[in-house]
Amino acid sequence: MPVVMDADRMSRTLTRIAHEIVERNRGLDRLALVGVRTRGVPIASRLALRLREITGQDVPVGALDITLYRDDLMHHPVGPQPLVRSTDIPFSIDDRVIVLVDDVLYTGRTVRAALDELIDFGRPKSIQLVVIVDRGHRELPIKADYVGKNLPTSHTESVAVRLAETDGCDEVIIEKMTGEDAE
Amino acid sequence: MNPETTDATPSLPTGTDDQPIPANRLRSKDLLGIAELSVEEISLILDTAVAMKEIASRPIKKVPALRGKTVVNLFFEASTRTRTSFEIAEKRLSADTLNIVAGTSSVVKGETLADTVHNIEAMSPDLLVVRHSSSGSCHFLSRICRAGVINAGDGMHEHPTQALLDAFTIRERKQRLAGLKVAICGDLLHSRVLRSNVLLLTKMGADVWLCGPPTLVPTGFARSGVHITSSVDEAVEGADAVMMLRIQLERMLGGYFPSLREYFNVFGMTPERVRRAKPDVLIMHPGPMNRGVEIASEVADGPYSVILDQVANGVAVRMAVLYLLSGGAEHEAVA
Repeated sequence: MPVVMDADRMSRTLTRIAHEIVERNRGLDRLALVGVRTRGVPIASRLALRLREITGQDVPVGALDITLYRDDLMHHPVGPQPLVRSTDIPFSIDDRVIVLVDDVLYTGRTVRAALDELIDFGRPKSIQLVVIVDRGHRELPIKADYVGKNLPTSHTESVAVRLAETDGCDEVIIEKMTGEDAE
Repeated sequence: MNPETTDATPSLPTGTDDQPIPANRLRSKDLLGIAELSVEEISLILDTAVAMKEIASRPIKKVPALRGKTVVNLFFEASTRTRTSFEIAEKRLSADTLNIVAGTSSVVKGETLADTVHNIEAMSPDLLVVRHSSSGSCHFLSRICRAGVINAGDGMHEHPTQALLDAFTIRERKQRLAGLKVAICGDLLHSRVLRSNVLLLTKMGADVWLCGPPTLVPTGFARSGVHITSSVDEAVEGADAVMMLRIQLERMLGGYFPSLREYFNVFGMTPERVRRAKPDVLIMHPGPMNRGVEIASEVADGPYSVILDQVANGVAVRMAVLYLLSGGAEHEAVA
């Protein structure tokens, strides 16, 4: 279970991404962060803190649950439905730069669902994507704008981003998948 | 019920089943009644409904979750509120919906219930939402149907989605159900809403008080661990929520009480009676209301009334049920 990013490294990575967001957008006017549940949400909140430290400006933060937009929702063999949790975007996204935040970028299907859902909330000026880990194996034409770490992996491995808020500690680990998990 | 455990492992069900039930699914392809649901399943539906409620506040009030699913609303008994609520819920989830109302269907030509449903099934719907005047009709249909059956009210038996939306409304305001005093007043005899509510609230650990004229109190409820009284004041005293049941005027030909005016004087919910409850009491009514019979207008329109919240929450709860059942049950895994 190799640790590829520890707490210290993750903290510096988030600071670097926050600086990149400010640099690329030349400030934070009409910018908002939207985290993809589960772990994108605490990451988005941490980025908001850093953006305030850098610029003194507060950036609104929202949470997106993409379950109802999954492309495999009605395609899997019959069985239990994935759990749905609340989406909470307490601001208008019209004409804003939306910075979408997720932990791992893999097939790109989650981001596709998130883009579709966001568009149902309005017409943002643009959407940018932050991920902590890009592990490759894209199945859709999707690319991140800000990447914490590029991590070449195989399909038989799984990448877990752990956060103090949800898992008790900050780290990124690679695990070998066993048996039925490895598709 | 079970106290919250500190870790994330699902707690064992408290029902009679010996299999531990993961809290992320419903066991059945159908929602026939509250009687069949475990505490975990009820919590799952209510939690899912929280997420569904947010969709109503979006600029585009529609999600693609049930794209390509066909839902048939089969109403053998008049209903505007429940049918509208189900239909809006289905449309918000992108299901294709079809309404069949008894008066316009071949039922009036003498077709049996089984034949009607077999004919609909031949067109491969995924879910049937059924209201019927016979108690047990949904159980019967669930045995002969491949599609999931959702009970939208069967005779005097159950109306599970109404009880779920009532519980959702209370939980939304009070953050819990366990330990709350809930008074339910009115026609206890003919009410399927009451039966479902008693089952649900007692399962979730609420303290349930029933109140109505002795002629409208069925035997049997005494066994389900609820308090029964014919004094409204006693039922309402210190209550966290008061649910008024409709006096079903069409069923009142049996002489259950002398007059509607006398009923209002003895059992009607007036502002004076509401004052006996907790200051933050919720006044609820499943609709349609008879103002001046079971509830005074000042109460129905008062600050403590959550009657319109119930209507809004009905859509969210029905979306949750439709979503959770649309995956089907595992035993019919034909794909």
